[in-house]
Amino acid sequence: MPGKLKAKIVAGRHLPVMDRASDLTDAFVEVKFGNTTFKTDVCHKSLNPQWNSEWFKFEVDDEDLQDEPLQVTVLDHDTYSANDAIGKVYIDIDPLLCSEAASVISGWFPIYDTIHGIRGEINVLVKVELFNDLNRFRQSSCGVKFFCTTSIPRCYRAVMVHGFVEELVVNEDPEYQWIDRIRTPRASNEARQRLISLMSGELQRKIGLKVLEMGGNAVVGYLQCFDLEGESGLVVRAIGTACTLDKLSSGSAPNTNTHMHPNTAPASNACNSPSKDGKEPVFGEDLTSSSGPPTPFRALPTTSSSPPPFSPSKPCSRQSSSSDTDLSLTPKTGMGSGGSVGKEAGPLKTLLRQQTQTALEQREFPFFTLTSFPPGFLVHVGGVVSARSVKLLDRIHNPDEPETRDAWWEEIRQEIKSHAKALGCHAVVGYSESTSICEEVCILSASGTAAILNPRYMREGCLDIGITDHRFEEPSPPSCGFCHIPYDELNMPFPAQLTYCYLCRRQKVPDVLFTTIDLPPEAAVTGKGCLIQARLCRLKKKAQGEVNATAISNLLPFMEYELHTQLMNKLKLRSMNSLFGLHIQISVGENMLLGLASATGVYLTALPAPGGIQIAGKTPGELSNEHHILTIQKRINDTIAKNKELYQINPPKLFALDPEVFCGINMELTEEVVGSPIPEPRQRSRLFRSHSESSDEVSELDLSHGKKDAFVLEIDDTDAVEDIHSLLTDAPTPTGFYSCNTEIMPGINNWTSGVQMFTSVRVFRLSNANLTNQGLNKIFTDLCENLLKSFYFKLRSMIPCCLCQLNFTVAVPEEELIQVTVTAVAMTFDKDQTQEKTADKPPTKGGSETEEQLQFPLELCADSSSANCQPTSKISGVPESTNVSSRVSSLERCSPLPEGRSRSLRSSRSFGGSSVTVVKMTPLSFLPGTRIIKYLGIINMFFIRETTSLREEGGVSGFLHTFIAEVFSMVRAHVAALGGNAVVSYSMKECMLMENPNKNQAQCLINVSGDAVICVRETDQEPTPSTTNIGHTSASATDEAT
Amino acid sequence: MTMELDVFVGNTTIMDEEVYQLWLDGYTVNDAVKVRMDGGVMEECEASADVLLSDTMDQYRTFQMCERLLHSPSKLGNQLLFQIPPHRQAMLIERYYTFDDAFVREVLGKKLSKGTKKDLDDIGAKTGVTLKSCRRQFDNFKRVFKVVEELKGPLVENIRHHFLLSDKLARDYAAIVFFANNRFETGKRKLQYLTFQDFAFCAGQLISNWTVGAVGEPADHQRSFRFYMDVDLDKEFLQELKELKVLITDKDLLDQHKSLVCTALRGKTKAFNEMETNFKNLSRGLVNIAAKLTNTKDVRDFFIDLVEKFIEPCRSDRWTAADIRLYLTHYNNSAHILDTFKHQVVWDRYMGVVKSCIFKMYHD
Repeated sequence: MPGKLKAKIVAGRHLPVMDRASDLTDAFVEVKFGNTTFKTDVCHKSLNPQWNSEWFKFEVDDEDLQDEPLQVTVLDHDTYSANDAIGKVYIDIDPLLCSEAASVISGWFPIYDTIHGIRGEINVLVKVELFNDLNRFRQSSCGVKFFCTTSIPRCYRAVMVHGFVEELVVNEDPEYQWIDRIRTPRASNEARQRLISLMSGELQRKIGLKVLEMGGNAVVGYLQCFDLEGESGLVVRAIGTACTLDKLSSGSAPNTNTHMHPNTAPASNACNSPSKDGKEPVFGEDLTSSSGPPTPFRALPTTSSSPPPFSPSKPCSRQSSSSDTDLSLTPKTGMGSGGSVGKEAGPLKTLLRQQTQTALEQREFPFFTLTSFPPGFLVHVGGVVSARSVKLLDRIHNPDEPETRDAWWEEIRQEIKSHAKALGCHAVVGYSESTSICEEVCILSASGTAAILNPRYMREGCLDIGITDHRFEEPSPPSCGFCHIPYDELNMPFPAQLTYCYLCRRQKVPDVLFTTIDLPPEAAVTGKGCLIQARLCRLKKKAQGEVNATAISNLLPFMEYELHTQLMNKLKLRSMNSLFGLHIQISVGENMLLGLASATGVYLTALPAPGGIQIAGKTPGELSNEHHILTIQKRINDTIAKNKELYQINPPKLFALDPEVFCGINMELTEEVVGSPIPEPRQRSRLFRSHSESSDEVSELDLSHGKKDAFVLEIDDTDAVEDIHSLLTDAPTPTGFYSCNTEIMPGINNWTSGVQMFTSVRVFRLSNANLTNQGLNKIFTDLCENLLKSFYFKLRSMIPCCLCQLNFTVAVPEEELIQVTVTAVAMTFDKDQTQEKTADKPPTKGGSETEEQLQFPLELCADSSSANCQPTSKISGVPESTNVSSRVSSLERCSPLPEGRSRSLRSSRSFGGSSVTVVKMTPLSFLPGTRIIKYLGIINMFFIRETTSLREEGGVSGFLHTFIAEVFSMVRAHVAALGGNAVVSYSMKECMLMENPNKNQAQCLINVSGDAVICVRETDQEPTPSTTNIGHTSASATDEAT
Repeated sequence: MTMELDVFVGNTTIMDEEVYQLWLDGYTVNDAVKVRMDGGVMEECEASADVLLSDTMDQYRTFQMCERLLHSPSKLGNQLLFQIPPHRQAMLIERYYTFDDAFVREVLGKKLSKGTKKDLDDIGAKTGVTLKSCRRQFDNFKRVFKVVEELKGPLVENIRHHFLLSDKLARDYAAIVFFANNRFETGKRKLQYLTFQDFAFCAGQLISNWTVGAVGEPADHQRSFRFYMDVDLDKEFLQELKELKVLITDKDLLDQHKSLVCTALRGKTKAFNEMETNFKNLSRGLVNIAAKLTNTKDVRDFFIDLVEKFIEPCRSDRWTAADIRLYLTHYNNSAHILDTFKHQVVWDRYMGVVKSCIFKMYHD
């Protein structure tokens, strides 16, 4: 019996009036864990009861400790009838199971009821005593730390990065069980909340076991999702990156030296040169050569007219185990869908073989859910790889064997892997998975960035697994390294125009680069970045079953192509040449598909300047047409010029020796810009193209992006009109604002302390049935644009400010509804110093410094000025003024902080005698101006709220507004109870709203997650006072209560 | 665009003070949008009317959700639903409890009952305050009244503690509660020229001098809490006031008093003649007011009596404020020199308040 859980109920406050006669409440509390329940005494006639109970002790297995939440129910005692429930609190005790996280949970929790919302608060104390367990075959994985953060957490050092871990568990959805017909909505909601809590506990435990098996002690970039498949069940799945982390002693400066060690399979690949990679048989079959054109994202259209989506996978069902009934329908679209029967079977066979060999399975996927890496880890980036597949859902027959869902994901991952291989890459970074479900159709998507990781790290990792404290002594690679192409120049997987790198001039770089990761800190950037979105609606006929699935999978490639074209156009319009944090979401509804691609556009100094956009008419004869074209052309050129100014894109004069190029860059864009400074590749690029064409089955839709220096849009084409329209309707961000969807905004690094995280939801009802694709597109685009405009307006008091990690989610909750959910954080920065990094400096010498700099402005000032003064910058092309200005500004930056900062971060709102800890929330992995001194554990909460009095609660807006505020408050309360003062890497994974205004009803499900942390102000050198402070606070909270 | 749903929720609750004021003033969402548009906020951030509408709706919803907490401000400090920085909380409360002087002037001294509430639309029409705002203000008065009505201890302190208001606002509320509790008549035509601040000052004087709480620690027999508070006037003191009648009933005393005052005033003011001739009348007026205060009815008429019996005669004789000050100072002090007048303490307690009330109420 490895653990003792102790809980104490201290007091309640602000309880609702349960007895109308006395206007008071007779409250008592039930504390339940597993099957054991304790009760407190009834506290008669009080809205602020003081129970001050004894310690309730539960003696339990640590397996249960991981799976189960502690359930606290507050009830109103009724002598004559049944006791009325006031509400519940679920407390996840996982953080207490890890010695490095929290040691006690103590604080005020909102009492939550799924029908009435928050009804007062309760003060609870929870402790866990763990006994040492020497059982080697244990089922629990206590002690494995989980992080939502997709980088190495701030106060840790990665000793080893083991690689990909994934798991999923399935169950029946209580909402769809027969019993749901006879129980109350409240009981049904609570059953669901409890089940999901149990399932995610179980999932986390199972992933933890895998991590232990791999020899790791933590999961970084943990991404957990729910698939509410309706009738067919409930799937909870998670992916993450297993690591071995070492806690840095709090006093020492964070050191990010890392020793990466993915498992042997990728590592062995890494030992080979990238170009050979493709020919290496992995499953005993030559994947790359046979699986047609597995292409990176940018070459997507090559596969858009790929063979019928159904045929490829059909044989799979024959080969797979008997429980798989769904596999007969595995249409796959997206990249590389042009596979034929034989190859598909390969991975699947392998998969089935591997179900008995879990250890091997891990090596299957050299995937990393991380989006930012220790310096030097990322060698080359190939491009975005993604895969989608349309499935028909069927009831999960045996929840204990979630094979079908597993197989689906395995298939997709195999595809991703083969795409990466085709790009000459052995790993996928910034990897994520998602689903979109409508009735019985489900689109599974996965995407990531193909990359080559430092082979040296890996080799050494292979050789010296035992050596943990290995330090990487080589100077970090040049800041342009990751831009260099990983694939073979003579055997390009897709047409692209290569030039010599603008920084080092030694290696080839592509003309554009798309990735799903954050901008590497060492990257040299010109100007600022900005959010770029492509939005698309496509109508489809209503259909059922296979017909529906076919229709969807036929549409997908076209959507991806169009989204891609839009992104490309918008990128060029902003005069940028790369995208980071690319996330493409395709959402399915009954009669339409929505596509939304978001990314942060950046001008990478290493890549060539993008060409302009040229408008061409098909019928040059007509005068009026000519005129029309000229007008549009002018507008486009003006916009490009304006954007250049706005984002301060003034490429440094790198090729001072080459005046022609220099002119080219600064030339007015009315003329076609010579995209490549090196004339030679042009002919060859054509050569490659023909080469790739020959290997392609389809090349009709082949992209024009690679062919021409300037992007030509033919105006007669209706699509082109639409494109131009959507190009020009994007309103520029108002002055004082910047936006991006990545962790950090390229070009801004002097954050001040203002942080405002927010969630916004909009639902638009399409009014009439006769909508065209174009009309829909307009509506959808306006919806997104207006949301952004609203944010700028609401946050105008924070100017100058940047919206970071703008995360848009689209859904089609009902036939005529479009829902857009956005979570982001607005952060203030110091305007005077924004210039500093605009003309980015070459990498500073110490790699670890570089990373720190971007996160902590205060440290940066000292470091950057000194680094800049060193004559290390061998690479020219940095305007000289940078050095001087940065030095001056660094001095200023050390001056006293703005007023808001003068108070301690852990200041409590004390007002009217009581106090509430201020808890900051951010989707980023850091809070500007602060240092994280402790991670307290993962926050993963799932809530359901339902109402039968929608009108009375202010309509659906009022209902959701309250609910979101309640969710925030519950997250804050849990973090505060753990002793924390912030949530980092916060995200709202699900916000599913169902309404029925006619019945005056609505229901909403929200899932949020993040990492609870303690952070101190950057300037506070000694973290200890703050820790003791926390002890005081919790103590005082209890004192108050007693 | 017609939005089915449109919400924006910040981790730190976002509130625009301007919109808050519009909400408090009872503007509808559409009217508020118009006001904001006219205010030029649109240019600030290239916003459109849609954006403004959506923002206003969000804020109105937030305020409505907060309103429940504002009813018991101490809850706002330790609730968990909204994360609001302390200085914003203070602002929210202070503004919520702030009232229009024009409105309060209308209900001052009235019973805070349903009957009065029914008249709010008339008052609204008269004062130009929206009905919604009238209701909020009236409900605030009522709420504060209900809470402090039965509390021991100093009234202003009680209000400040329970409603977390600034000292100034707490004092104003104390005046409102005090007037409502004693039902002072303020609505008569003759009193129309007085502002709320005039009355609030007088209330402050009465509270700090004429109530039980004003005396300090209560005597033992007054321990029962109903007595030790300053919402009600000190009954014993009111009884003692009857003794002052001797000043006008005893002919010698009256003449003596008059000559003392006249000697002191002679040559110091132009209005000396009027003072001399009116002395007996004025003195009778003030002492009679004091003597009658045992009747609740006469307490209610306290201010109207001051105006009729003292302020009006003086005004018709064109006394200046300085004249009033001079006269009342000597009138008060001379009584101390009267050998046979034994009620010096009561006299001072009475005259101190009456003097300062009259100073405040005498507008040139």
